[in-house]
Amino acid sequence: MDAAQERARRRGGVSRWFPLLLGVALAVALTFLVLPIVAIFVDTGPGRLIDSLGDPSATDALALSLETTTIAIAIVVLVGTPAAYLLATRRFRGRELVVTLVELPLVLPPAVAGIGLLAALGPRGLLGGALGGAHIQLVLQTAGVVVALVFVAAPFHLRQAQTAFAAVDPRWREASRTLGASEARTFLRIAIPAAMPGLVAGIALAWGRALGEFGATLMFAGSFRGITQTVPLAIYDRFATDFDGALALSAILVAVSAALLLSVKLLGRDALR
Amino acid sequence: MLSVEVTAQLDAFALEVALTVEDGRCLALAGPSGAGKTTVLRAIAGVLRPSRGQISCGGQPWLDTDRGIDVAPERRGCGYVFQDYALFGHLSAWRNVAYGLRGVPRAQRRERAVALLARFGMEPHADARPLRLSGGERQRVALARALATEPRALLLDEPLSALDARSRASAGRELAGLLRDLDVPSVLVTHDFMEAALLGDEVAVIDGGRVVQRGTAAQLAAEPASAFVADFTGAAVLTGDVLAARRSEAPAPEPLTRVALDGGGTIATTAAGEGAVAVAVHPWEISIEPAGTVATGSARNHLDVEVISVTAIGNRLRVGLAAPQPLAAEITLDSGEQLALAPGMRVVASWKAAATRLMPR
Repeated sequence: MDAAQERARRRGGVSRWFPLLLGVALAVALTFLVLPIVAIFVDTGPGRLIDSLGDPSATDALALSLETTTIAIAIVVLVGTPAAYLLATRRFRGRELVVTLVELPLVLPPAVAGIGLLAALGPRGLLGGALGGAHIQLVLQTAGVVVALVFVAAPFHLRQAQTAFAAVDPRWREASRTLGASEARTFLRIAIPAAMPGLVAGIALAWGRALGEFGATLMFAGSFRGITQTVPLAIYDRFATDFDGALALSAILVAVSAALLLSVKLLGRDALR
Repeated sequence: MLSVEVTAQLDAFALEVALTVEDGRCLALAGPSGAGKTTVLRAIAGVLRPSRGQISCGGQPWLDTDRGIDVAPERRGCGYVFQDYALFGHLSAWRNVAYGLRGVPRAQRRERAVALLARFGMEPHADARPLRLSGGERQRVALARALATEPRALLLDEPLSALDARSRASAGRELAGLLRDLDVPSVLVTHDFMEAALLGDEVAVIDGGRVVQRGTAAQLAAEPASAFVADFTGAAVLTGDVLAARRSEAPAPEPLTRVALDGGGTIATTAAGEGAVAVAVHPWEISIEPAGTVATGSARNHLDVEVISVTAIGNRLRVGLAAPQPLAAEITLDSGEQLALAPGMRVVASWKAAATRLMPR
């Protein structure tokens, strides 16, 4: 075998081991990420899962989680979608700054978010007086949970929606206008349907984040069963005294989150038809 | 009548264009890429606001920066065919067309849209998404969509450039027929002179943000106002200096201007000029004779040139020449065979003084 053939053989070797390395890396990552989720279900068992559903504190937490996240996501979508459209389609001074400010909660530790919400909306916070005058009570109330969820979840949807709107061909908007549609109609009939996959991804991300929200809710709204104790808070509540109960509730949260994300994605796909 | 007078600052230069188009006429805006052609269309449609200007159509003011008038694009009623058609990707062909059908009852919209598509032979594709259509099919859907609104003016941005060579010819013929039947003003943007000649009743050549010449395609080819227009119409443009203006030579029936070409050679023209000039001659005006031929016939210009390339197009031969400035001749296949043309050969290129246009440069 001459030198050229030898080199070719070695190069062939290189192209074999690299895909193998990529495969191993993916296998390691997948195992590590999936293992805890699998463990929750293996340790719980179906019987224990059904038992925990009969526990009123578990059903209370689940109902509260679904209620608060649904309201929070509705607010995020109704306000965040037009705001993201503006950021995606207009150029103005200070736009970069606005985008950064909107994304800031993404990198805030939940404890900081909780403290910040208290300092802004708490009884002695910046707007506390105004809210008190209007007889709006947020702290230690279900409404407070919604506020905390909106705060942590909104940036996920805003960012995703902005990217999705920016990816829509700007000439589609112009074509829509020349065809007699106002800017509002263009937004509803062209921009939203065209950006739908991205918008749905944003909603799914925001909803997932809201379902799992723990720190800010605990600090701002507290953990009162039936009023502010969402599933993550209920899991933490049981963790010290009833590990099996915490495990069962975790399994339910995983199942509900997965089901929600899946249905949101399916819905978004159907909306495109 | 559509009347446009706009000023807008583009990246490299200021756009300053004034033009009018009568009802039922099509004006082709031609010029190189980045000359500002599309900007004019966008300003007319109202999707771009020029820094100054007046635009009116059918007596209605659409834009008047002095009087603070700026009618929203959806109220102007311009049919706009975008360069790569900008069909809504999430809507089927008929829904694209129906999008502009305002005031038509919901139950009749599909019927109306399909009828419009049928005008372009597209009714079998009514339910197809744009992504599934070919370039030519998309162009027809885009035309049907633009016409669905019964526009007060039709704007077309490079309507044929996204098509392959085969569908371009037939789409061009169809479009020409459509424009003939249209009774509103239309403006067409193209960078191709043949397309401008085929589709435009008149051609306005834009370069560097200004209309450098406006006229019929034949006028532009016969009397280009600048070297740019001459080059654009397909003429070979040579540069040189006028030797002695209008030095008449017996037995010339008319005074001739003689031009010393840069790089060598002298030619004569019936056009007047002085100083540094550009000379334009169309390829079909040039005939080729073997080297050393004694001048005969009415051609006054004879240049010793070298054959650079020989390309057969149909029954014509396009011959690239070095004079030494680049020159092109178009001759019949037969005369090319008689001459046995081949790259590297030296021949004589001849043309009439009257076929030689002169422009300042």
